[in-house]
Amino acid sequence: MEAVHDHHAADHDHHQPSGLMRWITTTNHKDIGTMYLWFSFIMFMVGGAMSMVIRAELFEPGLQFISPERYNQMITLHALIMVFGAIMPAFVGFANWMIPLQIGAPDMAFARMNNWSFWILPVAGSMLVGSLLAPGGAAGTGWTLYPPLSVQSGMGMDMAIFGIHLLGMSSIMGSINIITTILNLRAPGMTLMKMPLFSWTWLITAYLLIAVMPVLAGAVTMLLTDRHFGTSFFSAAGGGDPVLFQHIFWFFGHPEVYIIALPAFGVISEVIPAFSRKPIFGYASMVYAIASIAIISFFVWAHHMYVTGIPLTGQLYFMYATMLIAVPTGVKVFNWVATMWRGSLSFETPMLFALGFLFLFTLGGFSGLVLAITAVDVQLQDTYYVVAHFHYVMVAGALFSAYAGAYYWLPKWTGHMYNETLGKWHFWLSLIFFNMTFFVQHFLGLAGMPRRIPDYALQFADFNRISSLGAFGFGLSQLLFLYIVIKTIKGGKKAEANAWGDAPGLEWTVPSPAPHHTFEVPPVIK
Amino acid sequence: MNVTMNTLVKWLSATALGLMLLPGTASAAWQLNLSPPVSHAGFVAYELHNFMTLICLVIFIGVFAVLGYSLYAHRKSKGHKAAGFHENLAVEIAWIAVPFVILVVMAVPATKALLDLRDASEPDITIKATGYQWKWGYDYLKGDGEGVHFMSVLATPRDQIEGKEPKGEHYLLEVDNPVVVPVNKKVRILTTANDVIHSWSMQEFGIKQDAVPGFIRDAAFKAEKEGTYRGQCSELCGKDHGFMPIVVEVVSAEKYAAWVDEQKKKMAAAMGDPNKVWTLDEMKAYGEKVYTTNCVACHQANGKGIPGAFPALDGSKIATGPNADHINRVLNGKTGTAMAAFGNQLSDTDIAAVITYERNSWGNKTGDLIQPAEIKAARK
Amino acid sequence: MSQQASRYFVPQPSHWPIIGSLALALMGAGAVMWVNKVAAGPYSVAAGFCVLVYMLFGWFGTVIRESEGGKYSKLVDGSFRWGMSWFIFSEVMFFAAFFGALFYTRTLSVPDLASADNLGLLYPHFSDMWPSAGPGFKDKFTPMAAWGIPAINTLLLLSSGATLTWAHWGLLKNKRAQLTIGLILTILLGVTFIYLQATEYAEAYSHLNLKLTTGVYGSTFFMLTGFHGFHVTLGATMLTVILFRVMSGHFKPDHHFAFEAVAWYWHFVDVVWLLLFVLVYWL
Ligand code: HEA
Ligand code: HEA
Ligand code: HEC
Ligand code: CUA
Ligand SMILES: [Cu+2]
Repeated sequence: MEAVHDHHAADHDHHQPSGLMRWITTTNHKDIGTMYLWFSFIMFMVGGAMSMVIRAELFEPGLQFISPERYNQMITLHALIMVFGAIMPAFVGFANWMIPLQIGAPDMAFARMNNWSFWILPVAGSMLVGSLLAPGGAAGTGWTLYPPLSVQSGMGMDMAIFGIHLLGMSSIMGSINIITTILNLRAPGMTLMKMPLFSWTWLITAYLLIAVMPVLAGAVTMLLTDRHFGTSFFSAAGGGDPVLFQHIFWFFGHPEVYIIALPAFGVISEVIPAFSRKPIFGYASMVYAIASIAIISFFVWAHHMYVTGIPLTGQLYFMYATMLIAVPTGVKVFNWVATMWRGSLSFETPMLFALGFLFLFTLGGFSGLVLAITAVDVQLQDTYYVVAHFHYVMVAGALFSAYAGAYYWLPKWTGHMYNETLGKWHFWLSLIFFNMTFFVQHFLGLAGMPRRIPDYALQFADFNRISSLGAFGFGLSQLLFLYIVIKTIKGGKKAEANAWGDAPGLEWTVPSPAPHHTFEVPPVIK
Repeated sequence: MNVTMNTLVKWLSATALGLMLLPGTASAAWQLNLSPPVSHAGFVAYELHNFMTLICLVIFIGVFAVLGYSLYAHRKSKGHKAAGFHENLAVEIAWIAVPFVILVVMAVPATKALLDLRDASEPDITIKATGYQWKWGYDYLKGDGEGVHFMSVLATPRDQIEGKEPKGEHYLLEVDNPVVVPVNKKVRILTTANDVIHSWSMQEFGIKQDAVPGFIRDAAFKAEKEGTYRGQCSELCGKDHGFMPIVVEVVSAEKYAAWVDEQKKKMAAAMGDPNKVWTLDEMKAYGEKVYTTNCVACHQANGKGIPGAFPALDGSKIATGPNADHINRVLNGKTGTAMAAFGNQLSDTDIAAVITYERNSWGNKTGDLIQPAEIKAARK
Repeated sequence: MSQQASRYFVPQPSHWPIIGSLALALMGAGAVMWVNKVAAGPYSVAAGFCVLVYMLFGWFGTVIRESEGGKYSKLVDGSFRWGMSWFIFSEVMFFAAFFGALFYTRTLSVPDLASADNLGLLYPHFSDMWPSAGPGFKDKFTPMAAWGIPAINTLLLLSSGATLTWAHWGLLKNKRAQLTIGLILTILLGVTFIYLQATEYAEAYSHLNLKLTTGVYGSTFFMLTGFHGFHVTLGATMLTVILFRVMSGHFKPDHHFAFEAVAWYWHFVDVVWLLLFVLVYWL
């Protein structure tokens, strides 16, 4: 199939700025995708460096490197940067690059706004990182920003609030763009039920984002007015309630974790069939599962608030609703396994990361299910068990999936094959060190070690040391990825149009690297 | 089931950890499960956790055994050719239905356990636990010991935390005044807070309850075994969140009665004589003690505070200006900031002392001496 | 080729987005300084705002030129429609957060503050009723009555919705006079609404002792009605832009998405007001 028509009119490329201006003014989804991906990796290094500070402080009991207030700022920024600066932009980067290619569109629906969505991020990111220098330091409230603690804090908190406003604007614009592109710009014949699952997950994710980012914006706006303009949303003396903030925050926060997880599911649903050489099993049930996860995710938020004193009926309802999410998530896990079943499996790096994802995400899902049981959560809430749970789903889940996607599509982006041996090293080191870092944290949590503390009792010392050593190893292993990517950009074996031989999807019908403009004439979908 | 579970967990983790050679591992036993419970609710939660973990483990092993086989048997390198199937309605319905049934099986004991946990009816003793930045205040409201109240502050010396001194056995888990309760009596804990949200938790009793400022929440337990139990504040409450432990001593009825007597005597003694007239040196010396237990966390021992977060008192306008402003700030605090109203935490004597101390320490040389009577007058 | 090219529209590189980001950076940094009483704050916000206005003029100017230049195909028009609908959905969710807060305080936190345990230990004299400014509020205040200005405002906004629709009919039937008059009427009604709302606020502050700081009632009242008023202002501004465009001969019966987008927005603001009227003022 002749998919690329590189004879686009000369008038298109008249005033293409070059150098830095090319990136600043670009309206090309591939350029913007690239910028998102680099931005996210830089933020990942920054957030990761903060986690190294955290793990260094926790290496042994006692206060060694940073003061308790700095410690609190570190965990807050680590989380905000990882979630909003690293993982989310990484998947938006994938979306920008791949959605138009997957659905046969020439670009995103609103190409200029697309550029703006990206260029808001560095502003917001600098605001967050820069808050470390504010008088009194950054927000030290945890990424959950609970009042009244967040009402007490200094200027750093305001920087976090406005930073979050900006991140929200960026996400909302980005999501409007993605939804519109998918709903309106699919090539003729590309029906929704033929669309690749990665695009499907993003359609639903973008919907989630538009639904909950404004709610977060509302929550932090109330925080701002409580801080500076004398409102009483979160103060009992004025008839408000600190717990109200938690409700609003988690109404955003729980869907947010699926905003992180769904695109990860999407990537995995592309990679597994490609390396199983077999179509995805249960395409339709995958789509329904994604949709059900998204819908249920709006009704489970108070499982983060079991111990705030919500009524018994609330605890029961939220427990049952939360447990229910295991069903559609299970459908996905089983479908992936069935896709591999009797396939013709090979284990290149993307597949290895996908398998790592599958294994460890499921583990993280199970610890989530344990936390969903209210009486058990009462024991584990705010302990390291929770920290272990969410790093399993977000690091071994979302991050591993992002690596799977990056290795999978690197040939399409750069035109070169990455170094397979190094890729495998990256995977195995990550896998081992990841588990060393976070598996033991389950035990710490079970033994009662609270999260968000810079110093701990002696019985927690051994596991913390193991965890810290693992974290340093994990961090160093990530440098390998940087090296591999740069090396691949610079050169390497030329990639075919279909770099993996017979991977499915329109993106593999265009040459590698993908030309600057693709599908200016819609491809024919059989 | 309990025993199998523990062995299984231990065995699995021991294998995992055995692979990692660790220099200088201390000898402390590695606790791999929840602490052994001593209350009914704690016990139920403990069992439930084991039950959940076991089911999850079984499913996990089941799913990944199938996958493992596939990874082995269906390799391309072995020449396996891909089959073409990509859906099967019956299977797909089955793996919706079976997990659902499993969830229902989980939900039944989970519901029972929760009902047990939330039962705070007909307590023998009611204690109010108030979270302060960063200490706990306890008031025995009803039952034996009614009227007893005290503050409970971390007892670990600063030098241990900063590594200037070897760490003690109960490092960070020790307080000056533990909560004391009689064994086998139902205790209802009411939680609230003075400034930000804290959380009162004790794993062995199976409870954790946030302390929300301006609201009263409750939890209940009946400890069935004497002993000393240690927990920690479990909601991020600022700088010293990691340094506000909770210690509960469960004692026999007789010991409890004796403890109550002792507390009442102590409280009477601590009231002091509000009309006593103090000398400057006496006041400063006592004030330093009050300062060290209540104010150093923020304003620091050198009175310099933490720039940007907590103001210096050394040279501060308030601490060197008119007495009335200073008294007002300490009595009533400043809303919206971490500076709490100490009027309801400290006695007239304490406040007079700490203010006198602040006005005559570091670079502050006002020479002012505040008497308890002045504080009494300043209270509205 | 030209047929095909007009199916999609991929714009040239543009410097407007980065100027927009600069504006946001100035405004964000300025707002942080302002609320922390740093002198540069207001200036930075003002500068950012000017840059933002410049950007909006430039960006929308480009879009309008492209639109009038016939560069937008039916497909592009469809994109705009989806885009605007989802934007309005995001606005709905923003208001939902504040309505949620109102619902929560009325049905949960205020009753909870007056529950038995609380009364016994914290607030002996607090009673559960709405409006409430909480147990710590010692003054007296008068809540805003529904059947004065708010009722008039409801009528104003409802009729503005009608006049706007009437203007739209005019546009569809190519009756330009009806279109212009309808738009002018709508804008006038909107401006009157804002004026009345301002009077109401002045009244609240000067006579009713009802302020932003009047406990949770004041907080929810002013934040909800305030954000709504802000949206009316925005809508009226956009309508004015549309009016100027109409007067310069823009829009055709079959090609006038900008008009419709603003109309949708205006109706959305209407609906929010109805909810406000019922939930904030009336019940
Ligand atoms: C990517 C992010 C992500 C994902 C996908 C999840 C998924 C889940 N999470 Fe997690 N969670 C977080 C991120 C995430 N979480 C974060 C960040 C926090 C902490 C926030 C903070 O406080 O800072 C948190 C906290 C958190 C809590 C609160 C803990 C506490 O603070 O006390 C709870 C409690 O219910 C919970 C539950 C769950 C459940 C039930 C799932 C389910 O979706 C999991 C479903 C998956 C499976 C169950 C596995 C696969 C299924 C099968 C193989 C089918 C068969 C299985 C059965 C029938 C059992 N999570
Ligand atoms: C997607 C989100 C995400 C990701 C990817 C991570 C990644 C990591 N996280 Fe994070 N984390 C959160 C989200 C995330 N985290 C959240 C939401 C919280 C809760 C915060 C709160 O309580 O409010 C949290 C909290 C949290 C804690 C608990 C703190 C506390 O409660 O006191 C810890 C402690 O171990 C931790 C560790 C780590 C580590 C070691 C990594 C590693 O995976 C990171 C590895 C990456 C790098 C290291 C960067 C790349 C390498 C370099 C820059 C080279 C330099 C390297 C060396 C010097 C070795 N995280
Ligand atoms: C939890 C932290 C914290 C504790 C504990 C604390 N303070 Fe403060 N204090 C503050 C903060 C924050 C301020 C600044 C309030 C403001 O913004 O004006 C402050 C301000 C003050 C001031 C006014 C200083 C000035 O120049 O503005 C005095 C006096 C003071 N505190 C005395 C005390 C005394 C006495 C104690 C102990 C009995 C104490 N504080 C305990 C946090 C604390
Ligand atoms: Cu008190 Cu944490
Ligand atoms: Cu959740």
